[in-house]
Amino acid sequence: MDWRDVARRLFPDGHDIVADGDLLSGAGRCGDATFAVVGSTNHAEAGVEIALAMARLVLATMRDHAGRPILFLVDTSGQRLRHRDELLGINRCMAHLAKCVEVARARGHRVVALVYDQALSGGFLASGMMADVCAALPEAEIRVMNLPAMARVTRQPEERLRALAATSPVFAPGAINYVRMGAIDALWDGDLAAHLLAALRDAAPDDVRRDAGLARGGRALAAPIAARAAVE
Amino acid sequence: MMQSYYEATARERLAAIVDAGSLREILPPPARTLSPHLMALDLPTAFDDGVIIGSATLAGLPILAAAQEGGFMGGAVGEVHGAKIAGLLARAVATRVAGVVLLLETGGVRLQEANAGLIAVSEIIRAICATRVAGIPVVAAIGGQYGCFGGMGIAASCCGTVVMSEEGRLGLSGPEVIETAHGVDEFDSRDRALVWRTVGGKHRYLLGDAQVLVDDRLDAFRDALAAALRAGGRLDLAALEREHAMLARRLDAYGTCRDAEEIWRAMGIEAPQDVPMLPTDVLVAACKSRRAA
Amino acid sequence: MERLAFRFDGGVPAASARQPCIVGVVASGNLEVLIEPSASDSACAIEINTAAHGFRATWQAVMADFFARHPIAGVRISINDAGATPAIVSLRLDQAFEAYAGDGAP
Repeated sequence: MDWRDVARRLFPDGHDIVADGDLLSGAGRCGDATFAVVGSTNHAEAGVEIALAMARLVLATMRDHAGRPILFLVDTSGQRLRHRDELLGINRCMAHLAKCVEVARARGHRVVALVYDQALSGGFLASGMMADVCAALPEAEIRVMNLPAMARVTRQPEERLRALAATSPVFAPGAINYVRMGAIDALWDGDLAAHLLAALRDAAPDDVRRDAGLARGGRALAAPIAARAAVE
Repeated sequence: MMQSYYEATARERLAAIVDAGSLREILPPPARTLSPHLMALDLPTAFDDGVIIGSATLAGLPILAAAQEGGFMGGAVGEVHGAKIAGLLARAVATRVAGVVLLLETGGVRLQEANAGLIAVSEIIRAICATRVAGIPVVAAIGGQYGCFGGMGIAASCCGTVVMSEEGRLGLSGPEVIETAHGVDEFDSRDRALVWRTVGGKHRYLLGDAQVLVDDRLDAFRDALAAALRAGGRLDLAALEREHAMLARRLDAYGTCRDAEEIWRAMGIEAPQDVPMLPTDVLVAACKSRRAA
Repeated sequence: MERLAFRFDGGVPAASARQPCIVGVVASGNLEVLIEPSASDSACAIEINTAAHGFRATWQAVMADFFARHPIAGVRISINDAGATPAIVSLRLDQAFEAYAGDGAP
């Protein structure tokens, strides 16, 4: 999915988003709202540079545009799997980005995310999954790990994992499974601008994903266990 | 009485670190909070799903604490395991405890629970950040056999203080995953010295991603965690600006370094090849002025 | 996983009310043993969830030996086993019993 098409549909009133390598940045007008846009393209490998670049954009939004809502556009093949990124502390850089999103939220910025192509865990946890509301296009895919690595770590044959991914909601990569589990608010189709404005209107600072997962039947235990842990 | 943090089980670590007799376990084993996903795969389950949570005091301060058991599924986070930790962090805000102590030992997302595990880790990351923004310190200890990897490596670095021993490892992708993706020349996962130079406690301390380096002793961890709670550390825009400047300097200074020894040499450490051999106290004293904040 | 259950009657109750205790870890070659007071049942009731199939007779013998060492009544013992040897199983059972019935904290 081309980010330009997505941007055109999200911001019919105009935008100045540009791509600098795999990094997307800019602003987009949607109805009365101007969004700060932070994103990735080309199934970006999320390494230390892009994590810090995204954090820089969130920090700049907090400094220069108090209260401006932020939109993450997500297309990532996951964290960059290189010795160099581990050496330099990619986990710290990702955490820094996650903390920037949380502080932005605390300072009154609403944060929305849209997975418009694919998202793999390490490239997604610190950005899209930190949003108030995370949505996805119908054909988007979300994965924890690539199958060969998963097979090696779990000591399960790839064929078995492939079969599970085809049949089990817990393993299947389609975004609809994440909707059922509460992590994706909804699949967006058609009028993306209308969806974006509705998300902005409905976005709230509390993490509602467990409750959504329970209500939709995709995660039966997370909400009750967390509730018991909080009070028992 | 066992001394080693590395050798101890999660229960033993927790009992040794909190004030004697102060631990009250929340959702203890009789609650039988088993993983439905592991049962569906006909895999062994644990009554506490591999994490102990509870309230206690530490050096007299009221805290909440969680300890992950690396022996069970590599400490990896599944739906129930993750919900216990997220619920504990919510409880911290509601009850305004002095802080939350996380004894982390985990490979990250429990792959056998795939999507549910990923969402659980994400909910932990958000909960740590939200708890800190609410003014409650969250501190982490890493010193077990399985290290702290995957999305939980991000979670650890969202904490205000990370206490590590030399034996501990902290990263995002495990060496095996990198080797699977790009081959043994990219990262030889069986080269233990290379692994520890890259993600081990000493390197993380020198880099500034572990704020405290301690010996592999339960009492050393206890003292460091108590001190970390007292020190606090706000999560706000000013703190993020400082962190950003530090990380940007790191990339500038060390972005072309091929190995940790090059980084340590660039930091001004005279004999970087000796770092792995140095006792903890010698290393800490030697680099007081050199390591990043 | 294979589920097994055993009951032993004729034991002696613990001297006073006890707290549940757990020992061990569900790691390869290891097991966890949870021992709880049973308000309703006066037997020593043992339930096992094990990754190793076809060892009922071995488990029977290990449990019988345990009950012979510690003929306790009014307890529920629950085990999650990931392939421990009989020697390790016996060790954990004894550790659980000591934690439960002894003077020290669990």
